[in-house]
Amino acid sequence: MRTIDTLIHDVPIFQGMSQEALELVSGCATNIRFSDGEVLFREGDEADVFYVIRHGRVALDMFVPARGPVTIETVDPGEVIGWSWLFAPYRWHFDAKALGLVRATVFGAACLREKCEQDPAFGYDLMSRFAQVLIERLQWTRLRLLDMYGDGR
Amino acid sequence: MATAAETLSGAMAPRPFRVVRRQRETGDTWTLELEPVNGEPLDFVPGQFTMLYAFGVGEVPISICGERGGPLVHTVRAVGAVSEAICASRPGAVLGVRGPFGRGWPVEEALGLDVVVVAGGIGLPPLRPALYECLRRRSEYGDVVLLYGSRTPADLVYRREVEAWRSRFDLEVDVTVDRGEGDWRGKVGVVPKLIGSARFDPGAAVAMVCGPEIMMRFAAEALLARGVPEDRIYLSMERNMQCGLGHCGHCQLGPTLICRDGPIYRFDEIEPLMKVREL
Repeated sequence: MRTIDTLIHDVPIFQGMSQEALELVSGCATNIRFSDGEVLFREGDEADVFYVIRHGRVALDMFVPARGPVTIETVDPGEVIGWSWLFAPYRWHFDAKALGLVRATVFGAACLREKCEQDPAFGYDLMSRFAQVLIERLQWTRLRLLDMYGDGR
Repeated sequence: MATAAETLSGAMAPRPFRVVRRQRETGDTWTLELEPVNGEPLDFVPGQFTMLYAFGVGEVPISICGERGGPLVHTVRAVGAVSEAICASRPGAVLGVRGPFGRGWPVEEALGLDVVVVAGGIGLPPLRPALYECLRRRSEYGDVVLLYGSRTPADLVYRREVEAWRSRFDLEVDVTVDRGEGDWRGKVGVVPKLIGSARFDPGAAVAMVCGPEIMMRFAAEALLARGVPEDRIYLSMERNMQCGLGHCGHCQLGPTLICRDGPIYRFDEIEPLMKVREL
């Protein structure tokens, strides 16, 4: 049976991490599955975890009055959902819903934050990795803001 | 033997082609199949374009989107008077065609290598002949990957064909939209994001990219980040092409004339010009 640290060491956000750090991270993790349509979390809920998707697809939705839920992004295998666990007040800013069967690894925020405080080098490494994910998402969001397929009319 | 003036005059004279089929792709985009009223069918290389003339209205450059040896196929988005007139042409109508013009996709140079096709919006039609060529000579290429993005699911062109391609075992197809609407269960996000997880060998791949210029810039950056050499990334540039022969200068981009030297360029050739704001 594969342990969580062997499951996650190929995930982009953890690539190149030391075995010791991988064990620290996986010590706060467990595997989880969601059925089609199942909600992982809703906007405003406490962000006490983050997810790495191993199988399936998750839609990140925002509820827009008079329009209903609008999918702002989808997350696929190997990608991370959630950085709200990093910063107070630790609340989700969108809904997340499984599109089909989803298998994921879920990481406990309180557990990880405590390990980051105890081991600043580990904490810096983890924050740097999340910062990279944030930068990439910000870049893609900027590109979408340009409405690049628009014809200017 | 024809004089230079006669050759130029011939290249400037449109040949009549009859619309034999017209199919709606999206709310404002149509695909037309054309056959010559007389004479030989048009031979072309993937990536070339023609100047398509709606008589009495005007002429626009449109990429060739069909298969070599078949009818002349153009997919046209109605964004102005001329393209609206072309899109409105029903079977039986006659349009003028000049060309083909320009430098095509590197389908020969890509033999033996993986091929990554990155298309944004109406950028898929100019890439389709290259994809047809890769599929026709499938055993001569490595992995072939199509990454396609559009603004919404309703803006995806060739939807049935893309679905058929997706069911093939020898072609990887990934599709995304900027805005998920309706019952869309596919990916939502920008097309360059797909490059990071696509399966190909960056060191032995050729990338062909077509779409809005800003999308191509981000796609090229993502390809470079994956390790594709800059001289193996090809982009299709678009400017105000009018004569198609490199004479009028309307499509000048710095030292190059896109109708003559392009529209397909290697990234290392065109990248310095893409950064010049005044061009």
